[in-house]
Amino acid sequence: MSTHQLPEHPDFLWHNPEPKSSYDAVIVGGGGHGLATAYFLAKNHGMTNIAVLEKGWLAGGNMARNTTIIRSNYLWDESAAIYEHALKLWEILPEELEYDFLFSQRGVMNLAHTLGDVRESIRRVGANKLNGVDAEWLEPDQVKELCPILNISDNIRYPVMGATYQPRAGIAKHDHVAWAFARKCDELGVDIIQNCEVTGFIKDGNRVVGVKTNRGTINTEKVGLCAAGHSSVLAEMAGFRLPIQSHPLQALVSELHEPVHPTVVMSNHVHVYVSQAHKGELVMGAGVDSYNGYGQRGSFHVIEHQMAAAVELFPIFARAHVLRTWGGIVDTTLDASPIVGTTPVENMFVNCGWGTGGFKGTPAAGLTFAHTIATGAPHKLNRPFALERFETGALIDEHGAAAVAH
Amino acid sequence: MLLISCPNCGSRDETEFHYGGQAHVSYPENPNELNDREWAEYLFYRDNTKGTFAERWLHSTGCRQWFNMLRDTVTYDIQAVYPMGAPRPSTAVPAAAEAGTASVAADSTTTGTTAPGTSATSTSPGTTKSGITAPEGATK
Repeated sequence: MSTHQLPEHPDFLWHNPEPKSSYDAVIVGGGGHGLATAYFLAKNHGMTNIAVLEKGWLAGGNMARNTTIIRSNYLWDESAAIYEHALKLWEILPEELEYDFLFSQRGVMNLAHTLGDVRESIRRVGANKLNGVDAEWLEPDQVKELCPILNISDNIRYPVMGATYQPRAGIAKHDHVAWAFARKCDELGVDIIQNCEVTGFIKDGNRVVGVKTNRGTINTEKVGLCAAGHSSVLAEMAGFRLPIQSHPLQALVSELHEPVHPTVVMSNHVHVYVSQAHKGELVMGAGVDSYNGYGQRGSFHVIEHQMAAAVELFPIFARAHVLRTWGGIVDTTLDASPIVGTTPVENMFVNCGWGTGGFKGTPAAGLTFAHTIATGAPHKLNRPFALERFETGALIDEHGAAAVAH
Repeated sequence: MLLISCPNCGSRDETEFHYGGQAHVSYPENPNELNDREWAEYLFYRDNTKGTFAERWLHSTGCRQWFNMLRDTVTYDIQAVYPMGAPRPSTAVPAAAEAGTASVAADSTTTGTTAPGTSATSTSPGTTKSGITAPEGATK
């Protein structure tokens, strides 16, 4: 458990400029992905006359609501490539952004509770190793050694039969990640414009040439959508559809506790994922609500289900108090993989569909999406994640590794 | 927790139900004539409406029957419950029904009559934007 203090903050990390009448590119969505995209557009492609438009406050959507887990142990080559690239970026970003956002590589464990889980997990460990992703298979006693508070006895409904373990995985301070990107974007000349909601797009034929907002019209040569749960709403404004469904996804934290939980534990089968934040809260993620929802809240029985799983796996949590619960809107695809690439509208690009696991992908989403916006062509890492895969059938089925069932 | 009015069983907790996604998506009338784009639309593309959404629910631990529901995806208010095969009720439902809770819809539908707000002048969401259409009352 890290014991070092959060860094002191200056009063302001970025400016709040008025929107200009025109930009070379506009990013819609000032969350982690939007900010990372703007950062890499400026840094890697020299595009500094750009704006990030955020309808609320910076990083106040899913970037403020996730459980901060970072890992890259996905099954398929395409996913392992993009998530592992993200993890490698996470490892260098604190230095590059000159901001310690407390990336703590305390490892992530994915528990197996059935014979099917065990087989699937061991297969995934093998696939990970072939893709250069650090992964191990742990027997129950090794699980207990790494995380002593886990109940590995066989007198529970779904006993722990082992786990995959990725030592380089971990957690980071999500707000600080956003602020780190925002500060660098600002330094590089990017306009970060909060309270600026996109209300429509201006097109010349099939080419986007401008964005209508509640703060006036902005002309732009290119538009990149990074709006997660609201991507469908924006796509509809622009005149195309996306194969995503928005669902509420909930999480909660306990009050502060002494360090008791040294790693990150995820269980697909009984469905809970738990880590302990640097300050001491137990951070737990639930499953998605089954229905479509934009309400940033879900049903209580989902929390109840998650708590039942948590208490069975971690008996010492039984008397911990919930401090608060919340929900975000996640943009799920049917193959549990993101969509990053071009759209049917010329000069409009989309980064969405990261669903329940977008935080970990932030740096790679930004890097590859910036490449696609700047060059109009896919980056080799996001090429398989193009919208066209739903027509070609080249789906990337990551339901096993995506951790949150949907 | 939603309180959902099953047309057959009355108001029950959401946990008794299974969600079925967008309603009124018809199986392609001539599947052999669809190109890849149209198949993609049918298989993977569904409306993701922010606001009033027509969706299917299954009362899986009750009568095990499917039915349709209009629900606001922001407020989660249930606006109407209506049978499979029936057209989508007009969204301009009477104020009482619109502001109503699930139980309002229940009282109106458990009698077996049409759902509140059902009208012949409904918009035509029975067709998807891909242009795949099927006769009303076809498999929904």
